Amino acid sequence: MSAETTPSDAFLELRDLRIHFPTDDGLVKSVDGLSFRLERGKTLGIVGESGSGKSVTSLGILGLHNRKNARVSGEIWLDGAELVSSTQEYVRGLRGKRMAMIFQDPLSAMHPYYTVGNQIIEAYRVHHRVSKAVARKHAIEMLGRVGIPNPAQRVDDYPHQFSGGMRQRAMIAMALCCDPELLIADEPTTALDVTVQAQILDLMRDLQRDFNAALIIITHDLGVVAELSDDILVMYGGKCVEYGTAENIFETPEHPYTWGLLGSMPRLDRESTERLLPIKGSPPSLINIPPGCAFHPRCSYADRTGGKGSAEVPELSEVRGGHKVRCHLPANERHAIWESEIKPVLEAQ
Amino acid sequence: MVTYLIRRLIGAVIMLLIVSMATFAIFFLVPQIAGATPEGMASRYVGRTASAEDAKIAADRLGFNDPLVVQYGRFIKGIVAGAEFDYGPGVEQCPPPCLGYSFITRQPVWPDLLDRLPVTLSLAVGAAVLWLIIGLSTGVISALRRGSVFDRAAMTLALAGVSLPIFFTGLISLLVFSYGNPFAVFAQGGHYTPITENPGEWAYNLILPWITLAFLFAAQYARLTRAGMLETMGEDYIRTARAKGLIERTVVVKHGMRGALTPIVTIFGLDFGLLVGGAVLTESTYSLPGLGKYAIDAITNNDLPKVMGVTLLSAFFVVFANLIVDLLYAVVDPRVRLS
Amino acid sequence: MNSPESAGEAAVKAPTREPLLAVTGLAKHFPVTKGLLKRQVGAVKAVDGVSFEVFKGETLGLVGESGCGKTTTGRLITRLVEPTGGSVVFEGHDITHMSQSRIRPLRRDMQMIFQDPYSSLNPRHTVGAIVGAPFRIQGIKTEHGIKKAVQELLALVGLNPEHYNRYPHEFSGGQRQRIGIARTLALKPKLIVADEPVSALDVSIQAQVVNLLEDLQNELDLTYVVIAHDLSVVRHISDRVAVMYLGKIMELADRRDLYETPRHPYTTALLSAVPIPDTRGRGSRTRVRLQGDVPSPLNPPAACRFSTRCWKADEICRTVEPPLVELAPRHQVACHFPENTPAVQPG
Repeated sequence: MSAETTPSDAFLELRDLRIHFPTDDGLVKSVDGLSFRLERGKTLGIVGESGSGKSVTSLGILGLHNRKNARVSGEIWLDGAELVSSTQEYVRGLRGKRMAMIFQDPLSAMHPYYTVGNQIIEAYRVHHRVSKAVARKHAIEMLGRVGIPNPAQRVDDYPHQFSGGMRQRAMIAMALCCDPELLIADEPTTALDVTVQAQILDLMRDLQRDFNAALIIITHDLGVVAELSDDILVMYGGKCVEYGTAENIFETPEHPYTWGLLGSMPRLDRESTERLLPIKGSPPSLINIPPGCAFHPRCSYADRTGGKGSAEVPELSEVRGGHKVRCHLPANERHAIWESEIKPVLEAQ
Repeated sequence: MVTYLIRRLIGAVIMLLIVSMATFAIFFLVPQIAGATPEGMASRYVGRTASAEDAKIAADRLGFNDPLVVQYGRFIKGIVAGAEFDYGPGVEQCPPPCLGYSFITRQPVWPDLLDRLPVTLSLAVGAAVLWLIIGLSTGVISALRRGSVFDRAAMTLALAGVSLPIFFTGLISLLVFSYGNPFAVFAQGGHYTPITENPGEWAYNLILPWITLAFLFAAQYARLTRAGMLETMGEDYIRTARAKGLIERTVVVKHGMRGALTPIVTIFGLDFGLLVGGAVLTESTYSLPGLGKYAIDAITNNDLPKVMGVTLLSAFFVVFANLIVDLLYAVVDPRVRLS
Repeated sequence: MNSPESAGEAAVKAPTREPLLAVTGLAKHFPVTKGLLKRQVGAVKAVDGVSFEVFKGETLGLVGESGCGKTTTGRLITRLVEPTGGSVVFEGHDITHMSQSRIRPLRRDMQMIFQDPYSSLNPRHTVGAIVGAPFRIQGIKTEHGIKKAVQELLALVGLNPEHYNRYPHEFSGGQRQRIGIARTLALKPKLIVADEPVSALDVSIQAQVVNLLEDLQNELDLTYVVIAHDLSVVRHISDRVAVMYLGKIMELADRRDLYETPRHPYTTALLSAVPIPDTRGRGSRTRVRLQGDVPSPLNPPAACRFSTRCWKADEICRTVEPPLVELAPRHQVACHFPENTPAVQPG
């Protein structure tokens, strides 16, 4: 770490985070220069398709990448402490205690051979010197708090005896048992039915308010981020392509990829008469990210950048009031496209 | 759980009955189909020099002329209630469980088997302890340090272990460590001292067979453990364990090994059961008087009752081991318990 | 569709026409056995008395949560699973218990698209072999040979016909789903049952496949039964929608009616549970939150299946099963206390 680095005054700040994996086929740049800030009590939604680097980012913040096969550089500041240059033992001490994670599939994310209670007790006792009986009481209390009926009995059940929704609740109880200040939820509701998803989203919103934690929610589902997030970060090819408040992203999106995502999603609340506006092509392979703007091969407006699309990586530049976009198109041209071509079609959808 | 146990016990008994029928058929029905007459079969019991008339009488006495079902019934009855064998000059008692009577050695089979069992058991238990310790630890370390020098060396050695037959490794180790050459620190084969008499000598005599047998199995178990461990350490729940802030040792031992070693319980139970039924190659290489050697000798001498007895006992061990494994599995894997 | 009566709005399809597919009281019970003798101790009533019709050229959407029986229904229609009860009539032929040999010629007209574009294509076969297989199996002679026909199909679904000799792993997820669709189209089917056709795909790819399905329907005059859990996709693609819960149809209506004036409380709850990708009106949406999970289909609630989670449920809901009745024109609901309905209680 260079000496001139100034400590961050934000609760969580990522500065130019890069997570690269050397493989036989080449260097996989899963995360390539990601920066953002997040305060306590706020929710950041990270949106992206498969291979955008969103999950790798979350594991990177928790220091869960094996340093043998992942090259991590940049800075991760958590409450004044830099984590990338810290020892693994220091970061381990923070995991579960000050920062915790909820995973996508609670069935595979819990150990099948230990009871739910045991797994929560274990998580609590790593960071607290208490007897098993005390930890068990705490586990039961946590299970009750996340809305599991009869927690005193269910505590001795195995994960396979829980329903999908109950398992995700138990997973949340496990993540929250040490009262973490940063909670990362990686696709927390993707494996769940829609009525259960709604329950879990409500629960996460309530608990975040109670715990006053900073929450990062990682998902491909724009609906989920719209429900929960204060700020939204759109990732593509390992980079942030657009960042802003939820209102920025949904009401005045700036990046053609964001337009594409919005145009790709059929709307539940509107009677559509138009065809969907999909993005052409497929998400890039991270081994072979297109040169210049990673999105240019799929962008309908790449020909309006005067050849810069494939030549230069665009900067992430501020549009106004914290709303940032990584695009070669001049701001006025982007606005013109949005107002005349995109917005009317989206409204009609 | 109780109904499960009862169901499994009934299943085991049925299995043993089927095995006994199959063995019986192989030893008594197949020769007949192949053209052997009751007299021909009986002649083995009265000696090669006996006259055709003697053989016929012997066949009658031994019941070889009865329908096969009757003969089988008699065999099963012998196991439960004991039997008497009229070999001409006198009548021999064969108390239950009567697994047959050898007319060559003039001995009931069962006490013979009981004599031989401790040898095989000593061999199997000692080797199992060795191969579990070596195999599992090698496998776990290899998996955690995949691609390291240790991993490559261990896996090369393991490949040798699974490919080299016992009579080869056994003879090589005898040549190197025994037979009066400078490295002859271990006993030559052919000796067995019961553990109750002299535990030191018991171990000294068995150490080479143990190592030979353990080498083969340790190699298999190291490979299995390594594969299981690699798979388990990639599971989501390992990531969860790390995300909780557990120290790496707890992640590996409590979460990783618990998942990886459970399937090995099954394989171990079956291997061990099979081995207790007679470690044929090891016992004959080292001339140890165990069940395997007994079986080989019985086959060489064409002593049918002995062969049948030892086959049934082996089958019993395998079925029994299977049962234990299944029950154990229900204990270690909670997901199995309900179904 | 070229016929004059359907030239206008899709919803005005004349109900008097003969349906392409008519399903009546369809049921599938999977036996649950126990003990050494495999005594039957119960049954999973995956589908339990489902009736609907599908008319030529329309798209019927089947939605519901896991365990509602939508996938089993799809497999019953195409006879991949043998029905326990009820009947399936396709183009006037009762195929409910037809033998596989007699059903084979009908299979040409009735094809299925599966969810997982990774596992439903044989990795050892080239795309040409995969898409051409139906011709060989059905022994169909094509005008300019199978290769030409396959290349035309690949072009039709938006794939490069030159990629005839490539293997599935060389394609992305979305392209693989296109290959699956091309194979389905080979025999010019009349009915296509699509089971979660886009749920395994990335958002941007989902839209491509949805558009493709719509274009093909217009071009080839196809009839679809689309099975999906994503209510937004179903609204976009369907003309009529059936909402299933624990093996029963709760509500069946034209899509606008169903989404804008849902009458079954379950539909209301389902719709209000879907997160909307928009910040306007955030917090102002009325929310209906159901408690708990979907009950096990092994032991479903008596009478109305939804009564255990319904906020309107009364004694009658737990004792008398509400029949699926037409409460408004073309709008069937199985509920004793329907929403958005003038307070005239039946019975």
